[in-house]
Amino acid sequence: MDNSTSIKKNSLNSISFGSNIILNLIFLICVVACVGPLMLVLSISFTSEQAIRNGGYKFIPREFSMAAYDYVLKAGDAIWKAYGVSIFVTLVGTLLSLMVICMYAYPLSRPTFKYKGFFSFIAYFTMIFGGGIVPWIMVYTQLFRINNTVWILIFPYLMNAWFVMIMRTFYKTTIPDAIIESARIDGAGEFRTFFVIVLPLCRAGLATIGLFCTLNFWNDWYLPLMFVTERKFFNIQYLMYQTLVSIQYLTSGSANFSEAAVVLAKLPTEGARMAIAVLSIGPIIFAYPFFQKYFVKGLTVGAVKG
Amino acid sequence: MVSSTALAKKRGSSGGFFKELKDNWALFAMLLPGLIVLLINNYLPMFGVVIAFKRYRFHGDFFTSLIKSDWVGFKNFTFFFNTPQAFEVTRNTILYNLVFIVLGLIIPVFLAIGLNELLNKRLAKLYQSIMFLPYFLSWVVVSYLAYSFLSMENGYVNRSIITALGGAKVNWYAEPKYWPFILTFFQLWKYTGYNAVVYLAAIAGIDSEYYEAAAIDGATRWQQIRHITVPMLQPIMIIMTLLAVGRIFNADFGLFFNVPKDSGTLYSVTDVIDTYVFRALRNSNSVGMAAAAGFYQAVVGCITVFTANYIVKKIDSDRSLF
Repeated sequence: MDNSTSIKKNSLNSISFGSNIILNLIFLICVVACVGPLMLVLSISFTSEQAIRNGGYKFIPREFSMAAYDYVLKAGDAIWKAYGVSIFVTLVGTLLSLMVICMYAYPLSRPTFKYKGFFSFIAYFTMIFGGGIVPWIMVYTQLFRINNTVWILIFPYLMNAWFVMIMRTFYKTTIPDAIIESARIDGAGEFRTFFVIVLPLCRAGLATIGLFCTLNFWNDWYLPLMFVTERKFFNIQYLMYQTLVSIQYLTSGSANFSEAAVVLAKLPTEGARMAIAVLSIGPIIFAYPFFQKYFVKGLTVGAVKG
Repeated sequence: MVSSTALAKKRGSSGGFFKELKDNWALFAMLLPGLIVLLINNYLPMFGVVIAFKRYRFHGDFFTSLIKSDWVGFKNFTFFFNTPQAFEVTRNTILYNLVFIVLGLIIPVFLAIGLNELLNKRLAKLYQSIMFLPYFLSWVVVSYLAYSFLSMENGYVNRSIITALGGAKVNWYAEPKYWPFILTFFQLWKYTGYNAVVYLAAIAGIDSEYYEAAAIDGATRWQQIRHITVPMLQPIMIIMTLLAVGRIFNADFGLFFNVPKDSGTLYSVTDVIDTYVFRALRNSNSVGMAAAAGFYQAVVGCITVFTANYIVKKIDSDRSLF
């Protein structure tokens, strides 16, 4: 709606000034409810341990301190390792997953492909029925035995029927059949057509699915919870989970465990917990503007079945 | 080399699978990686459901164990259904999901309409962006946020709100009566913005001519919302709800496992089928019973999904899952 008409029909085509204020108030409450908890965690991470003991968690630090970060970044190498695992899994996982999903979705989008219905069903069926987590865990721990490797954090998320569906819709709506036909007439094989013509035209789709995958891998704590017992394969989310249970997980790098327990009493444990949380949220907040744009796009595309 | 005439021929021909495989080997090759992952990650475990009917003993590797373990029929199921938890976790799963479905419909639709009506569009965009943020945080992060408010010693609620009001500290992680509200709050906290965006996208798709025509006829904005926006949103509201109803037997493991910090005293109100199966598998070494509970959930869940999808298909075949 352009401005001139909206002003002309103001009384009928928009809500009254009073309702606007009430609505704004409601949204302000929502916004505070959304940001407030994050602010609290941020504030705790910058509060000195003494101030926390005296006054509890506060929205504004009574005594500003970087001790928690100092400790977290220097205490053992647990957090660095976990960060490394998370970054590796997110990068490699997103790349592989993007390839697997895009390649699976492409034949399903081709009207000339005879078995597209069958292969679509094979993917969709996994959204409807599963064997449950018990046999699922056993397949990895007793058959392939890749628990306690970095691959267990990647492999189970490589395929996703929902993303395949979204990607298929992207192909269908952005790639005209005529382009594929003409590429064939010019003598390009399927793979060449796919990589040289189709994928570059589908950049928005790639970005959407890529970001979905990135978020999945970065935010994952479920796979380590199910499969990983060795500390060197903990990712940042799972380290956080363990840290909420017991702060000692941070000091795992220390040579002497009982010694660590003694030191622990003097350490900024409360703040350190929250500092890890902040460090794990950080990258998401930075990437958020990009995420959001493509997520909204993916949502609207995903809602329309091709 | 496949030319367009060959293509046309292929469309008409009714050649078998192997002919298709030979002609279109490249397309099949593209499907292959995904197929392998699906086979390992989704279809192999489906064969594993027989564990639910066996006294599972580990015999070196997965398949030998499956075959060698003794067949016990429905023993695992009778064992599971005779525990008091069987009823409890089923009840919790369904009741929480019902509450989430109802509130997850009303609140986001209200907010989406509100965002659409705000006079300042830039402000609306800002609100939307901020409310969408929680969706991007993991449940572990959410459990930290919850802990910062609810911690017994230092939590904001105990140390700042309750002491200010002169009340006594509450041990939140040991008091079941508060948890239905806490869990509902965090579920809404994480997903309301996301759902509002879905509905907002649907509102954006409504043809503005409807509103112009209504305005010419003298309809107030309120009347326009009631008689245009809401009815136009109805199909997507019905479909989103039915799809959620189809998944009513599947709880959000992250919410129920992380936010209550797996506190044992809270199980009566926080334990759902998914967390129960996980713990049964991990703690008591009762693999057979865990598998039976999982199988029960999968089968009932499958039935509800099919039913919901059937109804969706009747209403709007484009929106159905399959």
